[in-house]
Amino acid sequence: MTVLRHLLLSVFLLLASHAQALIETYDFSSPELEARYQQLSEELRCPKCQNQNIADSNAPIAQDLRKLLHQQLEAGASDAEILDFMVARYGEFVRYRPSFGGTTLWLWLAPVLLLIAAIGVVAAALRSRSAANRESTALSAEEQARLQRLLDKTEQDT
Amino acid sequence: MGPRLKLFLPLFLFALLAILLFRGLFLDPSEMPSALIDRPLPAFDLPALGDDRLLTRADLTGEVALLNVWATWCVSCRVEHPYLKQLADTGIPIYGLNYKDSDAAAQQWLADLGNPYRLNIADREGTLGVDLGVYGAPETYLLDASGVVRYRHVGVVDEGVWRTVLEPLYLELKQGESTP
Repeated sequence: MTVLRHLLLSVFLLLASHAQALIETYDFSSPELEARYQQLSEELRCPKCQNQNIADSNAPIAQDLRKLLHQQLEAGASDAEILDFMVARYGEFVRYRPSFGGTTLWLWLAPVLLLIAAIGVVAAALRSRSAANRESTALSAEEQARLQRLLDKTEQDT
Repeated sequence: MGPRLKLFLPLFLFALLAILLFRGLFLDPSEMPSALIDRPLPAFDLPALGDDRLLTRADLTGEVALLNVWATWCVSCRVEHPYLKQLADTGIPIYGLNYKDSDAAAQQWLADLGNPYRLNIADREGTLGVDLGVYGAPETYLLDASGVVRYRHVGVVDEGVWRTVLEPLYLELKQGESTP
């Protein structure tokens, strides 16, 4: 009987800790708004805990930003307006998908430029190698004559 | 490039990468420039801590000053508090932004530990905090005489930070103010 009671108690305790770990929920006037809330809260980065988005973070600032996001969505703000609002306050840093242009230009272009540079290096290496190969395989007339002499000599020796 | 020099290319690249990564070891990723640098302090309309007078931007302008974001729940704020008092004693104007705090607790704190602030804005909901881009107390903003944000320091202001970072900027702004 005590075993059962202990078991029940531990199950209840487990449930209780789970309930506490849940983050706050918001009521939305339409499922469409809720979907946008999900999408935006995953795209906005928590300024305090820098490798989490605000949907995953439990930091107070992330809670505040979620609340703000909810308010703005319900007030009818567009995605662009909300992102501009956040960027004006926390910098381009808050977006996991930064806008194209300005200081983020290099962020977007660097991978492409590096890829082009890498292709260039590989192409140059391949070209010089094939040129080297062609040179080494073709014997000059002098080398040809020397080879012939050596072959003749071995034939005589045997 | 000669073929001999070409052999050193991997070494050069390695050295370059090593320098880059070595530098990265000492960069603090939490030290982000405020989005508000060189932009005016956001407008606000919030009560003063301790009385119901409404404060606005105009109350903080007129001379070069520090705006310190603090709260009683913030442990680091307690650490920097004695140094802020020292700064205030040397005549540096410091304004306080009491961030997401209870007024009673904040007033008790000032009564117990002393008050380095010219005045305190009671930002109970953190609305001005969001407009400023505050993401965790303590933060300290350097404002010029016209109320434009010139610098933000995240974290504790101690003697080292003041001497190496804030004071040079403060003196520079002071200089600009006296010789317009």
